[in-house]
Amino acid sequence: MNWLAITAIYRFEMARTFRSIGQSIISPVVSTSLYFVVFGTAIGSRIDTVEGIEYGAFIVPGLMMLQMLMQSVSNAALGIYFPKFVGTIYEVLSAPVSVPEIVMGYVGAAATKALMIGLIILATAAFFVDLQIAHPLAMLAFMVLTCVTFALFGFIIGIWADNFEQVNLIPMLVITPLVFLGGAFYSISMLPEAWQTVAMFNPVVYLVSGFRWSFFAMSDVPVGISLVAIGVVLVACLSVITMIFRTGWKLRA
Amino acid sequence: MAPIISIKNLQKTYDNGFQALKGVDLDIQEGEVLALLGPNGAGKTTLISIICGLAKATGGSVTVGGHDIARDFREARKMIGLVPQEMSIEIFEKVWPNVRHSRRLFGKPNNDAYVESILKDLTLWDKKDNRIRELSGGMKRRVMIAKALSHEPRILFLDEPTAGVDVELRKEMWEVMSELKKSGVTIILTTHYIEEAEAMADRVGVISKGELLLVEETETLMKSFGKKMLEIELDKPVDTVPPALAERGVTLADDGRTLYYSYDTAAEKTGITSLLADLRNAGLTMSDLSTRQSSLEDIFVDLVAKQQNKEQEDAA
Repeated sequence: MNWLAITAIYRFEMARTFRSIGQSIISPVVSTSLYFVVFGTAIGSRIDTVEGIEYGAFIVPGLMMLQMLMQSVSNAALGIYFPKFVGTIYEVLSAPVSVPEIVMGYVGAAATKALMIGLIILATAAFFVDLQIAHPLAMLAFMVLTCVTFALFGFIIGIWADNFEQVNLIPMLVITPLVFLGGAFYSISMLPEAWQTVAMFNPVVYLVSGFRWSFFAMSDVPVGISLVAIGVVLVACLSVITMIFRTGWKLRA
Repeated sequence: MAPIISIKNLQKTYDNGFQALKGVDLDIQEGEVLALLGPNGAGKTTLISIICGLAKATGGSVTVGGHDIARDFREARKMIGLVPQEMSIEIFEKVWPNVRHSRRLFGKPNNDAYVESILKDLTLWDKKDNRIRELSGGMKRRVMIAKALSHEPRILFLDEPTAGVDVELRKEMWEVMSELKKSGVTIILTTHYIEEAEAMADRVGVISKGELLLVEETETLMKSFGKKMLEIELDKPVDTVPPALAERGVTLADDGRTLYYSYDTAAEKTGITSLLADLRNAGLTMSDLSTRQSSLEDIFVDLVAKQQNKEQEDAA
C-alpha cells in the first residue's frame, strides 16, 4: 500500500478546499439558514409536529442529507474531472499508485469535505431549533457512510463526464429531486398510499429515514433496511469503479 | 549490461482501429540519451505513454529495470519520471508544495533538501513561493521537469521538450538535459527537431507510422548514412561544367564560382582523387576546398521517403 501517495492525493485535494474555505463554509450556512427561515419558521409555524417532533427539528436530518449528498457527489466528481480536464491526471496515472489508492485519496477528500459541511449545518441548525440526538454515534456513522458512498458515485460521474455541464448535471438533475421526493422535509407516511409505494424505490428514502432514526429514534423504514440500502449502493459504486480502472475506460487509452 | 528498458514487439491498436505501434523492439541502456525522431502521428507519444502507464499496450511487453510494466507496475514506475508534451500543471498551486506533492505521489517520503536542490538546479528556487500561473512558459516547463525529477527517477522521459518554445528557451532546455545526463539519468526524448536529436542524443531512433525504422548511434548514423558534399571554389568563374566533370555528377553554383560534388563516405572509392585530376586537366584552378556532412535531417527525410516508396510498391 502506497500510503504516501494516498495521503499526497488527499492533502492536495483538501488544500484545494481550504484555498476557498470562505465559499466552502458560507454557502451551506446561508442556504441552511434560508431553509430554516422558509420551511422551519414560515411554513413550519403552520405545522405543529411531525410524528410528535417539532417541524423545525424534524427537517434537520433531511437538510443535512441534502447538502452532504450534493457536496460529496459534486466534490468527488470535480476532484477527478478537473485533473482530467487540465491534463494533470497524467501524473497520477504514471505514479506507482494502484486503483484503490487513487480512489481512497480522491474519495476520502471529497467525503471529508462533505462530512465537514454536514457538521457545519448541524451547528447552524442548533441556532434555530432545539436539537436532540438519540444516537450520536449512529448519526456519525450514517454521515460517514453516506458521504463515502456518494463520493464514490461522484467519482464515477467525474470520470464519465466529458464537460463541466455533465459534472453539474447529475447533482442537479438526480440528487436534488431524489432528496426532495425522498422525505427530507416530510415523513413518507404523510404521502398518499400509492406514492408511498413509489417512494420505496427511491434509495434516498432509506438514507434519510435511517439518519432521522439516529436523531429521533423513529423512522419510516427499519434501520437495518436503511443500512442494507446504503450497503447496496456502496458495493454497486465500488464495482463500477473497479471495472472502470480494469478497462481503463475514459482514463487510459 | 542488461538494458534499463527493454521493449519487445510492442503493439498498440486504438479502439477506432488505428494501429499506432506495429511491433516495436528496442533496448535502452542506462545513462544514455536516446532521441526518438519522427513526424507527427508516428507513434512516439504512444510509445512513451505505454511505458509510463498512461496507455495500455495491445500486444508485446516492456520491462523497466527488469520489472514488467503491467505485472510489476509499482517498481517499474518508481524508476520513471515523465514530462509530457502538453503544459499540464495546476496553475493555482504554488511551486514548492506542488513539487513536494509529486515526490510523495511516487511513494517517497519528504526530503526537502533534495527538492530544494532540484529547484536550485533548475533555477526555480526564487520562484518556489510563486503560484504557477505567475510563471513564464519556460519556468512552467521547468516546474514540470522538477516534478518529474522529484522522486529521484533513474529514467526521464521528455515528450517534445522544446515543441513550441523560442530559441532561447530551447537552448536552456538543452543545458538542463546535459546537466541531467551528467548526473547519470537515462533520458528518452521525443522530438521532431532533428537539430535537437543531433545535439543531445547518443543514439537516435527513427519512428514512422508505428514502426521503428532504425536505431543507431548518432555518430555512426551520420557516417553510415551520411553523404558528404565537396565544395570547390574556383579562381575564375566558368559558364558550364566541363564534360568530364559533368559525367561525375558535378554541379555548378549560379554565380559560376563553386562546384559541388556529392559522395558517399562509406563507398570504397570516393572518386575525389580522380575528380581533382580531371579538374586540373580541364584547366581550372581552385582557390578553396571544403567538405560538409549531410545533416540528420537529410537522413531522416530519406528514410521516411524510402518507407513510403516501399508501401506504395507493396500496395501495387
